[in-house]
Amino acid sequence: MKVAVIVFPGSNCDFDVYYALKEVSGIPAELVWHKEKSLKGFNGAVLPGGFSYGDYLRAGAIAKFSPVMEEVKKFALEGKPVLGICNGFQILTEAGILPGALLRNKNLKFLCQDVYLRVENKNPIFMKYLKEGDVIKLPIAHMDGNYFCDEETLKDLIEKGQIAFRYSSPDGEIKENSKFNPNGSLYSIAGVLNREGNVLGMMPHPERYVEKLLGSKDGLYIFKSLKKFFTG
Amino acid sequence: MKYNEPASLKDALSLGLTKAEWKKILKFLKRIPNFTELGIFSALWSEHCSYKSSKIYLKKFPTKSRRVLQGPGENAGIIKLDEELCVVFKMESHNHPSYIEPFQGAATGVGGILRDIFTMGARPIANMDSLFFGDLKEQNMAYLLNGVVGGIAFYGNCIGVPTVGGQTLFYNSYNNNILVNVFCLGIAKQNEIFYGKAKGKGNPLFYVGSKTGRDGIHGATMASEAFEEDLKEKKPNVQIGDPFTEKLLLEALLEIMKGDSIEGIQDMGAAGLTSSSFEMADRGGSGLVLYLDRVPLREKGMDPYEIMLSESQERMLMVVKKGKEKEVLEVFKKWDLDAVEIGYVTDTGKVEGYFKGEKVIDLDIKPLVSGAPKYRRPVKKPSYFEELNREEDLKIEIKNFEEELVDFLKNPNNSSKKSIYRQYDHQVQTNTVLLPSFDSALLRVKGKKYGIAITSDVNPLWCYLNPKEGSSFAVAEAVRNLASIGAKPIGVTDCLNFGNPENPEVMWQFKESIEGLTHALKYFKIPVVSGNVSFYNETKGKSIWPTPTIGMVGFVSNIKKIPDFKPEEGSSIFLAGDGEIRLSSSSFSVHKGYLLGRIPELDLERERKLQNFLIKGFGKGFFSGAHDISEGGLIISLIEIFMLSKKGMEMEISSGENTLFLFGEGGGRAVVFGDDRGILNLSKEFDIPIQKLGSFKGRDFYLRAGGWKFKASFEEIEDIMEEGLSKYME
Repeated sequence: MKVAVIVFPGSNCDFDVYYALKEVSGIPAELVWHKEKSLKGFNGAVLPGGFSYGDYLRAGAIAKFSPVMEEVKKFALEGKPVLGICNGFQILTEAGILPGALLRNKNLKFLCQDVYLRVENKNPIFMKYLKEGDVIKLPIAHMDGNYFCDEETLKDLIEKGQIAFRYSSPDGEIKENSKFNPNGSLYSIAGVLNREGNVLGMMPHPERYVEKLLGSKDGLYIFKSLKKFFTG
Repeated sequence: MKYNEPASLKDALSLGLTKAEWKKILKFLKRIPNFTELGIFSALWSEHCSYKSSKIYLKKFPTKSRRVLQGPGENAGIIKLDEELCVVFKMESHNHPSYIEPFQGAATGVGGILRDIFTMGARPIANMDSLFFGDLKEQNMAYLLNGVVGGIAFYGNCIGVPTVGGQTLFYNSYNNNILVNVFCLGIAKQNEIFYGKAKGKGNPLFYVGSKTGRDGIHGATMASEAFEEDLKEKKPNVQIGDPFTEKLLLEALLEIMKGDSIEGIQDMGAAGLTSSSFEMADRGGSGLVLYLDRVPLREKGMDPYEIMLSESQERMLMVVKKGKEKEVLEVFKKWDLDAVEIGYVTDTGKVEGYFKGEKVIDLDIKPLVSGAPKYRRPVKKPSYFEELNREEDLKIEIKNFEEELVDFLKNPNNSSKKSIYRQYDHQVQTNTVLLPSFDSALLRVKGKKYGIAITSDVNPLWCYLNPKEGSSFAVAEAVRNLASIGAKPIGVTDCLNFGNPENPEVMWQFKESIEGLTHALKYFKIPVVSGNVSFYNETKGKSIWPTPTIGMVGFVSNIKKIPDFKPEEGSSIFLAGDGEIRLSSSSFSVHKGYLLGRIPELDLERERKLQNFLIKGFGKGFFSGAHDISEGGLIISLIEIFMLSKKGMEMEISSGENTLFLFGEGGGRAVVFGDDRGILNLSKEFDIPIQKLGSFKGRDFYLRAGGWKFKASFEEIEDIMEEGLSKYME
């Protein structure tokens, strides 16, 4: 097993993800330059956070044209795990691999803070060690994390169980118009899955909370689950 | 004026040079310089680049220790961490540009200091900012605050370097001159350091990064003048930042630096191609030939004068080892960056510049760089000094304690800085152990047991009332802030912000300040390894308070022995240390509308005792937390502990003079808590006076002092603490 951490020009959480996968979670990983046309030999891919192409256009709008994205799309269709974190999530929505869009935060400012996430799903690839209703704490760090989609899509997401995480209070209470949903996301959505459940996009950064020294290990739930999926 | 025509005295004066300096130029050259050459002189001899007013004083700083690998004079200073790694750091001001255009001014300040670090081969791992604004009620001040914070966030977040701490103060003194001091720290292997030296005759000279435009022409000269009223006209002098290009430049360079192809490299910062070319050749004892028509341009029709003096951002000058050109170009191509050979290294001791086949620059380097003017400007003790330095302490009557306290907590100086730091990515790179709001930021180094602490400090009010001792206190406070998380200082960078040096009273403040800094730095044996002087922070004849910002780097030998701010229920809250505290010269007195007073007595021995006590206590694991007492006095310190620990605190104080005790300020004190018995025993061992103020109990902050009472929940205090700033920012 081996996971590709895609490096776009302007990615800046690439090494953090690589470190969380390889050094902390024990998942073999490699940094892969976005000009690569093949992901042969890899079993999964992570699109890390950052500011691909500076986010000077819409976040993720240019990165979706990177040569490697054809391969990422193939992974998504083949059922291989694809995880997009922050800018990675934005790229996945821009590329049409995940539904919806990430708008500018409600207060129009960059937000770096802890958030509480209520688990909405029991996805076997990414959330094996979590159960519906669990609350985990992860940090966000973004300018455009305000999830939006049309009514029909939202209905669909709910019905098909594609919502992975929602911003909540520490007790798991959802209040859309409160400080617990700081970026103003529709339905307090923090992460979504594709229909098949092998692609997860999320704004919070699990790779930042994988060690006690840095304050929390809640992010490990996701990486451990991924490892379990690979090793069986 | 055409670039190759002879210049005149009138031109020299219009470029900010003096008549004497013009004569000096003629004497050096034994001919009349052309307009381009004159532009080069004016930039290199500007206060900003030449340090002509400060040089004779800066020599007094201690700059050596067994850890110092590189002191002042390079792009940044270098300090050893262990046998393998080192830290590379520097602080710099971007005051003038930020006042003219806050967002881009602050953003390019961050971009510039980052380049100073990675040009040396270090990966930047932390940024920190010291910001000084005027009264937020003043017209434009909230705009300036939001612009500066937004600009820092824009650049730092995008390039992926965490902004982990800093300082933000609001005083009327900065109403017309805000200060933006940016600090960056990088980490490198000791055997992979690069210097700004042009060496090796025949080695090609490469220009890399963004194209050159007309932005920022004569920015260094602008930073060497006081403001009058034509601020809008100066907007084109401010550069525009492109953090995405800089991120590519950073990654490309660090990739190239792993090989063996670079001889020397320097950022094109202030005075752009001029300063980088002359300084590199000067340090390398060499010469350079430049073909200016090869410089990649963003605009058509730029002439050599504009090319030499543009301050377009995200550019570097690089000497490549002959024969390694292809290696270098391949990496730049991978990162989609421009890299162009624009000249080569010579041994002539000259910079020679050609444009369309014509030699337009022919200048000896030595007289320009080493021979730059040095001034011992007149000094005069200002009249305010005796007038304000009264021995008698201020008496402030408090009628309704709760009201007064809440009002004080809403003063932006005391407010939670969350509205600011939550706009900064402070965790990217996953090394940040202690987040903003602690006394110092703390970073781990992956794979190592130790940690790196950083803090930036100065109390400008004290530096105004007493520049010498106030400056010593800035050092002492930084030492105390490091000790409050268990760190020992290993090096300092400074950013000295002052008014107009041609005013003898300002020059006196500067001289006194340097003496105060030197005294304290020598006492604590901390070397200065880099820094920056910013003069001319003056508008319409009014100068800012002396503001010598200290950026101090500390070493924590065991990253696991640090504060957790999780005290046990029932454990005690202690005040450690004693000494003179005063109300006059306190931030509470300014809040109440006073500006006077002698500052508290400086006692470095007491400071050192407290430092040793704190570091030892962390080493022994006695402290759950410690918090330095500085601006705002004991009361602010206690409230901040409550905000960090989120544990109820119950305290009863009976000092006889409760206003002084709670709001007064002095050095050498901290609040500590953790293992009661361990702390008491340690205080005896270190001869530290200790006083129990109360204990962690219940859920509320509950303070009684004589007839005064203040009781509030976490949520209530959080709202009060956030209001002072959030109402201007959210």
